[in-house]
Amino acid sequence: MIEIRLHGRGGQGGVTSAELIAVAAIHQGKYAQAFPSFGPERRGAPVQAFARISDTRIRTREKIYHPDVVLVLDASLPKIVKVTAGLKEGGIVILNSSHSEKEVREMLGGYKGRLAMVDATKIALEELGLPITNTTMLGAFIKATGLVEPSFMEEALRERFGRLAEKNIKAFHRALEETKIYG
Amino acid sequence: MGKRVAKEVSIAVADAVAQCRVDVISAYPITPQTHIVEHLAELVNNGELDAEYIPVESEHAALSACIGAAATGARTFTSTSAQGLLFMYENIFIASALRLPIVMVIANRSISAPISIWNDHSDVMTIRDSGWIQTFAENGQEAVDLVYHAYKVAEKCLLPVAVNLDGFIVTHVVEPIEMPDQELVDKYLPPLKMKYKLDPKKPITIGAIGVPEIYTEAKKALDEALKASYKVIVQAWREFERLFGRKYQPVETYKMEDAEVGMIIMGSLAETAMNAVNEMRKKGKKVGLIRFRLWRPFPMQDFLKALGKVKALCVVDRAVSHCSTGGPVGIEVRSALYQSNKRPKVLNLIAGLSGRDVTVEDFMEMFEMTYESISKKPKFSYQIYGVKE
Repeated sequence: MIEIRLHGRGGQGGVTSAELIAVAAIHQGKYAQAFPSFGPERRGAPVQAFARISDTRIRTREKIYHPDVVLVLDASLPKIVKVTAGLKEGGIVILNSSHSEKEVREMLGGYKGRLAMVDATKIALEELGLPITNTTMLGAFIKATGLVEPSFMEEALRERFGRLAEKNIKAFHRALEETKIYG
Repeated sequence: MGKRVAKEVSIAVADAVAQCRVDVISAYPITPQTHIVEHLAELVNNGELDAEYIPVESEHAALSACIGAAATGARTFTSTSAQGLLFMYENIFIASALRLPIVMVIANRSISAPISIWNDHSDVMTIRDSGWIQTFAENGQEAVDLVYHAYKVAEKCLLPVAVNLDGFIVTHVVEPIEMPDQELVDKYLPPLKMKYKLDPKKPITIGAIGVPEIYTEAKKALDEALKASYKVIVQAWREFERLFGRKYQPVETYKMEDAEVGMIIMGSLAETAMNAVNEMRKKGKKVGLIRFRLWRPFPMQDFLKALGKVKALCVVDRAVSHCSTGGPVGIEVRSALYQSNKRPKVLNLIAGLSGRDVTVEDFMEMFEMTYESISKKPKFSYQIYGVKE
């Protein structure tokens, strides 16, 4: 079972991202859960969402304390939230960032583990006209983890966004190509 | 044969209610029940569900509307949580005493104060003695399946049914769910035909005064009806299994066959507790798990059978019954054991209040505490677990 923690800000669609990861995995025939960090939602405040993917039935209702994957939607978050907290050994941090690998590792407090990065804000602005990175970062997620086939994510995006889906799918594909993986 | 979908449990529950072809829905939105009734309102608004959605000013009115509608022979649905359930309170007892087959989904949430929107079982435990049939779901699939079952049972027994699912922990999770085909639901659930109902062409009185000469008999009649519902509940699950292929029974067990220490818990945390059972067994400790799916009528014989030969039992309550002899489930279990020859030690812990996470490690610690209680009698009849000092 793979456990995923998403960091975003309220209103950026982090919960939607977690849900889309689960939906795509379930469409692919896997088992999955997605859930928000339960509580009042505050626009702009740092928020988390969670997902689990497994080849067998998932039977747990615990929160996620030791994720295998951390997905960070907002480039400014690592400065104020310890996004690597509890990350499993061998786990990966997937970040939206325009900085260099060295700068990001410093920002993450000297993080030495596996890292994937993409300038999702730039892609989202170009493709969607909005700095909303939740669907773009799904491309980075798939490139970095290979946990879900892109076609099932496209299906999930179409289901969710209807006429807005194509733009989001384009942003998603650009991230699939542009995401760089280190270590 | 149905379709495997990826859905938020609340949405799936609402879809299941729609598949039951309800006639009347009346509810007042409250977290974490909101998504259920919002989705039903959407289905009615879009013309996908041919039902009357009665928006009301309060939960008191919501259940009142359901009572009125059910008395005319309509299939009704409502849903609530915590304070909403308390606001319904006087009508809860009326619905069961008038023998109305209303189905209510309770997205279980803690009662204020302090204000809390998170999950425990303190809301539903307030209606423990109300004469409603009460079931508890462990996951999304079960929540959906218990909805179909609830209508089947309610309408055969002429009793209201409350289906409980944990707020957020189940209601707000996206997970895979098998949604059955409409034809199958229709086969399982024929249209409601009530013998006695409010009909201007054939007037009757429902809810007349119960003078001292008949009140006792009326209460006895409700008690007998609820007792007799047990058989209907079990039969309805058997029929469900034949049609839908998923098996349900009043009490669920996990690795109890050779267990020396058992744990009882209701609702979705049983899934986490199962992992603790597996971990304990890796350490050579023979532990097992019992979960009540059916809470009212209390499944006495199933419970005693499930016990096997345990030396000690840990009852994990999700609600406080202040300064009584235990949590609501703990009290029930001890009382049930007193009527049998089985006498395992009972350790009653209260955990997971207001959504406080109960982890695998927590459950393992509870098992260890229960082992200790075999040789060393605890100094308490119940304890609130995990209180920060």
